[in-house]
Amino acid sequence: MKSSVYAYYPGCTLHSTAREYDVSARLVCQALGIELREVRDWVCCGASSAHSTSRLLGLVLPARELKAAEEMELPLAVACAMCYSRLKLAAHELGDRAMLELVKGIVGGDHPEAVEVVHLLEVLDGRIDVPPKRPLTGLKVACYYGCLLVRPQGILYGDDTERPQAMDRLMQALGAETVDWDFKTECCGASLPLTRRDIVLTLSHRLLSHARQAGADCIAVACPMCHSNLDAYQREKEIPVLYFTQLLGLALGLSPRELLLNKHFVDPVPMLKAKGLA
Amino acid sequence: MDKVSTVSPEPSSGLRLLVEKESGQRVLRCYQCGKCSAGCPVAYAMDLGPRHIMRALQLGLEDEALHSSAIWLCLFCQTCSARCPNKIDIALVMETLRHLALREGRRPAEKDIQLFHRIFLGLVQRLGRVHELGLGALYNLLSRHPLANVTLLPRMVAKGKLSLFPKRAKGAAEVAKLFAKVRELEKTSPLGKEQ
Repeated sequence: MKSSVYAYYPGCTLHSTAREYDVSARLVCQALGIELREVRDWVCCGASSAHSTSRLLGLVLPARELKAAEEMELPLAVACAMCYSRLKLAAHELGDRAMLELVKGIVGGDHPEAVEVVHLLEVLDGRIDVPPKRPLTGLKVACYYGCLLVRPQGILYGDDTERPQAMDRLMQALGAETVDWDFKTECCGASLPLTRRDIVLTLSHRLLSHARQAGADCIAVACPMCHSNLDAYQREKEIPVLYFTQLLGLALGLSPRELLLNKHFVDPVPMLKAKGLA
Repeated sequence: MDKVSTVSPEPSSGLRLLVEKESGQRVLRCYQCGKCSAGCPVAYAMDLGPRHIMRALQLGLEDEALHSSAIWLCLFCQTCSARCPNKIDIALVMETLRHLALREGRRPAEKDIQLFHRIFLGLVQRLGRVHELGLGALYNLLSRHPLANVTLLPRMVAKGKLSLFPKRAKGAAEVAKLFAKVRELEKTSPLGKEQ
């Protein structure tokens, strides 16, 4: 039996560029009777930059949030795949006793390594047991998981490092059709948009073209970084990129306005209207 | 790269031993099958791909490894680690090399990426959270690419995606202390780790 109350860590982007992910996540959880209690005074998990440059800093920043969740005595639900991966991997690495003692000496806490860290997809997987109010019939979705939900296998949530199914299952439960494609877990270019835009463009355009070739009407994502890299730089034959929580919200009968569908660069509303879904 | 295939192995390379100690990975287990480079999404942009990096470590080509663009371009997507038949966490080896290059004060092959990380962490240290507009502005200023990434700006502002002014998170003072403690520890023992 899954918990119905979680400590909730939104992460920096969910309060800025990815506000629609935060808003839609809260709305769908509320509609499904899942309570999210935001971690008080949360701070940045360190993202790529902390662990890229210092192993210790890359553990200390997430450990601070693990400590906060430990005090709340709740499993910690994380929406951003980057934050999720940092927090979950930190809890795993703190399984090493010497490292745990060192980090606890800096951050405090009793058993930060024992906090259960879950991604929002994991929280919502399996919660749709009755047909939704507005089934996503006729919508073909390419589910994109990226790297940070699935690797390393055995530590993170992903059921498979190459062909995960959790988001596909959820979309199918909502009445959508999911396309089979080979780029579910290929990298989008991650944190390089400012520094090596050329690489992000190469990787994201390859992904977009494969999703289109697979016949998808839209791409569903569970990470603000993936979203931005796929949505912001499209050139031709645009394909909308939505957070999986927005599609879930639509199926549950929430309006495009409530779900902030207008925040994306590629407007998904015309496509959804054509399908009778908005 | 010719060099990589013509020099003799250097089984006692200090760099390899250091990487193995800090990453817990055994570099000599790599038998150069190349699955890592084949699956690496950024190998095409690297000077040495992941397989070459592993080989360079085996051969004791320390400068080649520490000065490579590969250790900065690696996105830590971990496709290489997931597919390695010898279960070497190659992404972790890349990361460890980056840490060592930083610690030794090596000039990074991708200096903008290093700068990005520095600015990002500087903001977190001061504000507790990232302020995206500040990150972009500081990066453009300090990298001397004043016009980089400005094309998206008007649309991002119009969509209400960016907050214009940085806000200090309530936990910011605590974060600044955490940074200070980490930096202090790192001064005395690399990675704060003596095991």
